[in-house]
Amino acid sequence: MTSKLQSLPGLIIAGFILLFVSGAFSALLLHSPGFDLAVLWSDPYYRHVTAFSFYQSFLSTLLSVGLAIPVAHALSRRSFFGKELLLKLFAATLVLPVLVGVFGLLAIYGNSGLISQLLGFFDYKLPFSIYGLNGILLAHVFFNLPFAARLLLQPLQSLPVENHKLSVHLGISHWNKFKLVEWPCLRQQLPHVCGLVFMLCFTSFATVMALGGGPKSTTIELAIYQAIKFDFDLQSGALLALWQMILCGTLAVIIQRFSRPVPLTSTTTSSEPVPFCDSKSARCWDLLWISAAAALVIPPLLMVIINGLNAQFLAVVTDIFFWSAVKNSLLVAVSAAFIALIGGVLILITSRSWRLIGLQFRADKIELLGAIILVTPGLVISTGIFLLLRNITDLFSLALLIVIAVNALMALPYVIKTLAQPMLHIAQQYDKLCSSLGMSGFSRFYLIEWRAIRVPIVHAFSISFVLSMGDLSAIALFGSQDSTTLPLYLFQLLGSYQMDSAAVVSLFLLMLSVALFALIEKIMVKNNVVK
Amino acid sequence: MKKILPLLAFSTLVSMPAAADKLVVYTYDSFASEWGPGPKIKKAFEQECACELEFVALDDGVSILNRLRLEGKNSKADVLLGLDNNLMAEAAKTGLLTEHKVDTADIRLPGGWSDNTFVPFDFGYFSFVYNKDTLLNPPKSLKELVEKQDDIKVIYQDPRTSTPGQGLMLWMKWVYADQADQAWKQLAKKTVTVTKGWSEAYNMFLKGEADMVLSYTTSPAYHIIAEQNNQYISADFSEGHYTQVEVAAKVKSSTNEKLADQFMDFIISDQFQSAIPTGNWMYPVTDVPLPKGFKQLTVPSKSFSFTAEQVETNRKTWIREWQSSLIY
Repeated sequence: MTSKLQSLPGLIIAGFILLFVSGAFSALLLHSPGFDLAVLWSDPYYRHVTAFSFYQSFLSTLLSVGLAIPVAHALSRRSFFGKELLLKLFAATLVLPVLVGVFGLLAIYGNSGLISQLLGFFDYKLPFSIYGLNGILLAHVFFNLPFAARLLLQPLQSLPVENHKLSVHLGISHWNKFKLVEWPCLRQQLPHVCGLVFMLCFTSFATVMALGGGPKSTTIELAIYQAIKFDFDLQSGALLALWQMILCGTLAVIIQRFSRPVPLTSTTTSSEPVPFCDSKSARCWDLLWISAAAALVIPPLLMVIINGLNAQFLAVVTDIFFWSAVKNSLLVAVSAAFIALIGGVLILITSRSWRLIGLQFRADKIELLGAIILVTPGLVISTGIFLLLRNITDLFSLALLIVIAVNALMALPYVIKTLAQPMLHIAQQYDKLCSSLGMSGFSRFYLIEWRAIRVPIVHAFSISFVLSMGDLSAIALFGSQDSTTLPLYLFQLLGSYQMDSAAVVSLFLLMLSVALFALIEKIMVKNNVVK
Repeated sequence: MKKILPLLAFSTLVSMPAAADKLVVYTYDSFASEWGPGPKIKKAFEQECACELEFVALDDGVSILNRLRLEGKNSKADVLLGLDNNLMAEAAKTGLLTEHKVDTADIRLPGGWSDNTFVPFDFGYFSFVYNKDTLLNPPKSLKELVEKQDDIKVIYQDPRTSTPGQGLMLWMKWVYADQADQAWKQLAKKTVTVTKGWSEAYNMFLKGEADMVLSYTTSPAYHIIAEQNNQYISADFSEGHYTQVEVAAKVKSSTNEKLADQFMDFIISDQFQSAIPTGNWMYPVTDVPLPKGFKQLTVPSKSFSFTAEQVETNRKTWIREWQSSLIY
């Protein structure tokens, strides 16, 4: 009886998701008569775009993960002042609004950035341009290296202390220890990490739009956008969107097959220094990698803060247009985060009740459905919705609603991933008690779940909030003067080289997302501890 | 479909017709910006019509058409201002525009004017502009720019979004015909960047990021008149220069027909036309007197353009040719 009742919420949400996604999908199919992928393949331009998407993702992954290995290794055996903060910053790059990161990078590596100014002082010219493949790779490494390093740090830290002690006793060299002890444990995680980073780079939109975009450095994701916005070629747009969906789906299946993330026992993630034979060269080596990683991550963020306080500050914050963008962004982020959280919790209520009565397969499937957006990037979905509603209504006045829906869908996998385990554990502990007390519905959620797992719930909400705050891919197609969000406004400013105004907006976006994120976490977690 | 119903209900709420005395004009950003002719024209027209004139600023001319096509019959626009002679056939074919009632007898264009849908508001010749103090040996022809002088850096606009960018594409096609793809590849080596609109390109050029920028023969007038600066010159190319006539048109779905007609008439009035030379830095289409600085400008000895129908037939292929040449 109860389990039937508990099946309902998840099924309703799943129904909505299916309706939404299949609506978009059928619109794409309708607009690409014959679904003739040969057309794409016979067109040298689209062939180039496809090849470039793979090429840049491959290089980005190679650089990000390859360089993350020595960084993670160095971090695993050193403890130093500020390590905690550095790791927090590393976690921030993944949720950081992409364009804020891009702005920070432009402020350093751009044509009139810090490096170019320094070189100009000595009468040298910047030897590279940040636009094109260079910039795309740089930005992808900036976003993904810290993320990969954190993921790789976990298995290294969970190595039993005995292994380290034994290595010291045997007196084996650093290289041999890496080869024999650390590498085998890293290798288990590598396919998973590489797969994640590759997917993130393959579907990256805002980075490529801001730093690439010329015919030479265009990805499929961007080509969809350009086909619709620049060429009004709805057919090619739809076809490319389906093409992107097929590629992402295939990639996801391959990654799933070859990389089962090894569950980590997070017992020994202590910050106790691990015993090893230190030497001067080892110290230099570690110092080199840690400071290189810090030099990659910290300066762009600092530049956002420093540059943000410029002469344009007053002009920007007294502009009505700016405040309407702030308002729209907050509206989108709060609504999308709430919808994602509620949707995620409802799906999990159903899936865990299925798990408890042994329907593992069914539970896996419904959770997978919640993560469907990983196979159908936000831009693909919004392209479909765009084509679906175009003839029915004035899309541009519905813009924010669609953006909220797409962003909620994009945040859903994070909610499910964050809450799946805690929700299941709670049910295992309290389900019998609750049913004997006759507790159900909202009162149960408030008395049991909210009290016990408030921290992950709030975390899921704030992740969704920050992601929606910084997202450009959903709004890109629909944005107009009336419905500009902060990322879109920032993109327009960057596009028209109004760097001072862009700096102010970047600073605001950084503050609104990251600072708010930290604030929510702090307040909620603190309350929890007090209780 | 269930999910769409509340959306529909919402949309009818939001898309209630705006107050009838507001005219919405889609244009490009440099026209509407504070240093463009927009504010002056807005003020003059609002005095005449006792209404509100709203400019919606888009990246550049082709974006105006793209935006209208995306919005289709639900567009909020009443008038489009900033398409050009090359886009006319393609724009008319959408069926989203309607005929004007303007008497075009007073219009003085080199080739005359007779079109029922489009009203011209200014014209000019595409040209590469340079700083004579830094570029001492400018190319004398398009061919020289493309094929010789490897040390020159240029910026131009994307033909998919910008009418000057599209103009260069047509200019290249006129000069190179079947060899245009090779020419694009050669030009690519000298290209700093391809921007979405004219104003970004021109700003980057003024900041010193390139030696030459695609603009108009009339652009130096801005520096001569507004800045008393004679450094900036339009390069005279021996093949001749591509002509652009910028046009406006009424949107069929407009609920403001009367105001739209009034605005279309206003376009060829002296008030509007006299704001053009020192606002949009183009030639006016009527007999209004030109400011003194314009006499210094070089008028191309030869000028040409494809017909709108030729452009309409080939535009997609030519854009793809440009795209494909740039990927190597």
